[in-house]
Amino acid sequence: MSDSARRIVVTGIGWVTPMGHDIESVWQRLLNGETNITPIERFDARTFPTTFASQVRDYDWTEFVEDPAVHGQPGMHTQFALGAARQAWTMSGLDDATELNRHRVGIYLGAGEGVLDFQSYQKTSLASREDDGHTVNTVNWGKAAEQFLDGIGEVEQEPNMPASHISREFGIRGPVYNCLTACAASTQAIGEASSMLRRGDADVMISGGTHTMLHVLGVTGFNRLTAMSTRNDDPSSASRPFSRNRDGFVMGEGSGIIIMETLEHAQARGATILGEITGYGSTADAYRITDIHPEGRGPAAAMLEAMADAGIDPSCPGADGKPPVQYISAHGTSTSENDHIETLSSKKVFGDMAYKIPMTSIKSMMGHLICAAGAVEFITCLLMLRDQVIPPTINLHEPDPDLDLDYVPNVKREAELDTCLSNSFGFGGQNNTLVVTRF
Amino acid sequence: MARRVVISGTGPISALGVGINDTWDAMRAGQSGLRPLTCFDPGAFPCHVGGQLDADIFKVRNHVPKSYRKAVKVMCRDVELAVGGAVAAVLDAGLNTAGVDNEDGFMIPPDRMGCQIGSGLIAADVQELTNAFITSLGDDDEVDLAKWGVTGMENLTPLWLLKYLPNMLACHVTIVHDCQGPSNTITCCESSSALSVGESIRVIERGTADACLSGGAESKLNPLSYYRQTCAGRLADSSGLEVHDVVRPFCTEAGGTALGEGGGLLLIEAKESCEARGGQARSELLGYAATQSCDHDGLSANSEDIAAAIDNALHSASIDANAIDAIVPFGCGIPVIDAAEAEAIHTTFGDRAPSIPMVLTVPYTGNCNAGNGTIQLSVASRCLETQSLPARINTGTNAGTLQTGPAEATDAELNTILVLSTGQGGQNTAIILGKAT
Repeated sequence: MSDSARRIVVTGIGWVTPMGHDIESVWQRLLNGETNITPIERFDARTFPTTFASQVRDYDWTEFVEDPAVHGQPGMHTQFALGAARQAWTMSGLDDATELNRHRVGIYLGAGEGVLDFQSYQKTSLASREDDGHTVNTVNWGKAAEQFLDGIGEVEQEPNMPASHISREFGIRGPVYNCLTACAASTQAIGEASSMLRRGDADVMISGGTHTMLHVLGVTGFNRLTAMSTRNDDPSSASRPFSRNRDGFVMGEGSGIIIMETLEHAQARGATILGEITGYGSTADAYRITDIHPEGRGPAAAMLEAMADAGIDPSCPGADGKPPVQYISAHGTSTSENDHIETLSSKKVFGDMAYKIPMTSIKSMMGHLICAAGAVEFITCLLMLRDQVIPPTINLHEPDPDLDLDYVPNVKREAELDTCLSNSFGFGGQNNTLVVTRF
Repeated sequence: MARRVVISGTGPISALGVGINDTWDAMRAGQSGLRPLTCFDPGAFPCHVGGQLDADIFKVRNHVPKSYRKAVKVMCRDVELAVGGAVAAVLDAGLNTAGVDNEDGFMIPPDRMGCQIGSGLIAADVQELTNAFITSLGDDDEVDLAKWGVTGMENLTPLWLLKYLPNMLACHVTIVHDCQGPSNTITCCESSSALSVGESIRVIERGTADACLSGGAESKLNPLSYYRQTCAGRLADSSGLEVHDVVRPFCTEAGGTALGEGGGLLLIEAKESCEARGGQARSELLGYAATQSCDHDGLSANSEDIAAAIDNALHSASIDANAIDAIVPFGCGIPVIDAAEAEAIHTTFGDRAPSIPMVLTVPYTGNCNAGNGTIQLSVASRCLETQSLPARINTGTNAGTLQTGPAEATDAELNTILVLSTGQGGQNTAIILGKAT
């Protein structure tokens, strides 16, 4: 038996999102088509091109850890991840697994960097100028940094800190990775974690992602790229994937974490199985820094590779005439380019059958959680398989005439679901697709 | 049966130069690349010495095709280093890609070529931001966000954010060399390069690529990164010391590390693909393992977890500890990490530990962080290829019994070399390289 014959299942899920911090209530909100997109509270963004975001509120990470003192002062990306990881860990029942060999438990996160402390940073920089008023003297800068910056906070900004804190919380001693491939990161993390389990590098993997770019330079960066919606007069309808008048993504923040195991390991301990990861595809556009390949070369190749990995022929319907995949969780950012090319890629991969496969974007409700988006969307796929219902793409009242697939506009839909695809595409040209199947 | 995987090209880049030949020649001759920093004045920080790669040796515009020269403007230093290392690796491997003028080389189909690159938390340029800040000052002489939102931010170039995303290293490298297979960016501090190589092995084994550009690159030679490293307690205090006395791994006088800019890329390739194209394996990747230390704040190290990584790597290579002929430890000069590495080596190799030759790279290049492992692996690979060891420079008093003191370059019979890393954040890796067969 080859290693690749190992089957990989999910036994725990958890998230911290702008729509809540537990699985079931957020899931109901998604099915109801709700949003929580409001003016930015974290800093004064009133004059920014974009003044709103999808923000985590009323969240206290210390409620999710055994002893907060162990963690010192974790960054916000770590705080989100600790809460999501605790939920997933508890659901998986690993707390009660007395035989668990923590050397055989690994972590693969797609976590972003921490929050850049803008106020202290600008103070430091401005205080260190030469007499000419603009040249930064780096000796002065170093001295001003001592005065204004928070040393621990700076160290905690490293992207591998969420994984490091999770390892501390749960005593994990197996292989630990963090990848950072922008908006594709946590989908890629789950895919590579499944590859590690198949290879036998671990029995259990904690995977997913966490991120917030809701700080001055994060919002500035995306505003300069003109990638974000500027619908400041109507934030709750700003994220409108596949709509004719979409004008960019809505920034979100949060974390989605899952517990993955080999089927053998999960069954041996009698775990409840939420779904099976049957395929993973990963490609690079190798095209341009800012643009996706106009024919959707990379996204299509990622979807095809994932299905080949799962043993699915995209052109071949099942015996009951159903498409081989019954749902696609779109990357669906609500930018002009992404939604157009994602639609094109789906048609390229599935041909005429693409019209029969519902494809929604929960970013219409949740906003775009950047590095964490893929994991949160993957978790919703598991919930769809469980409850046999598809949450809607909201704010889709004026369809784009060029985008003619079934985006499940505005109202949830019951459906028979066995196999879903979950897509994530990142700035820089990384394309990742997961196949998740009802167990 | 898993595919066998080889290193068929090395492209280190550091203060020693670009490419394996410059790196190797300097290390054979015992010439360190460390020097007083001039790229910025580190006067407020404890360590004034580092591995700086000067512009007379490396200008990135000379390492990209003419059609891509415009993109140089949106490359931060870390990207430049990765792009330079990639060209060196591709040429060393005898490949032809969209990014090099090497018509005699072999062209691997783009969709069979992956790219895994370790990268760091990239610091935005202080001067660039300050130039924008001063356009938005309020009455208190600080940035007024109301002004920043309207006009201040417009002083940053539209692509500003894309200069500093960690995955831009892989983004540029995949574009230049047209790598359309799996591409990833690993951000685990000093273990990033080795973890990337581990991932490349896995990608090739599972068959989604035949070759991968793999490694890492980073430069922390800027005020913000330097400050962060100071806060993490990692830098040596260079005051009153000669340059060559600053980094003294495994010595009683060691007080921290010095930083370097660099890393580079390797071509990791399925052995059968390398043979089929008439390529030359420089060494073989026999074993790989990673572990996590979870009992501290990520700034320390734990010998048991390092030893577990070594054991697991030996197991994956199906060899006994007695088969290891040399070790390239992280050996960065941070006392707690050096001590944990040394203890792990003693645990695994027992009485034989003091007789195993050690190869130290950080005294030559500085700690190149996410890129460091690529330099270690490039050097280990060249050791196996040439059946020789570079010189060891280390001026302190050996704190233990391992072979870490000064030594001339020498010939040696080498079949397998162990390469270690322990990163800030607690990730440990062990890679076993074997002589190409």
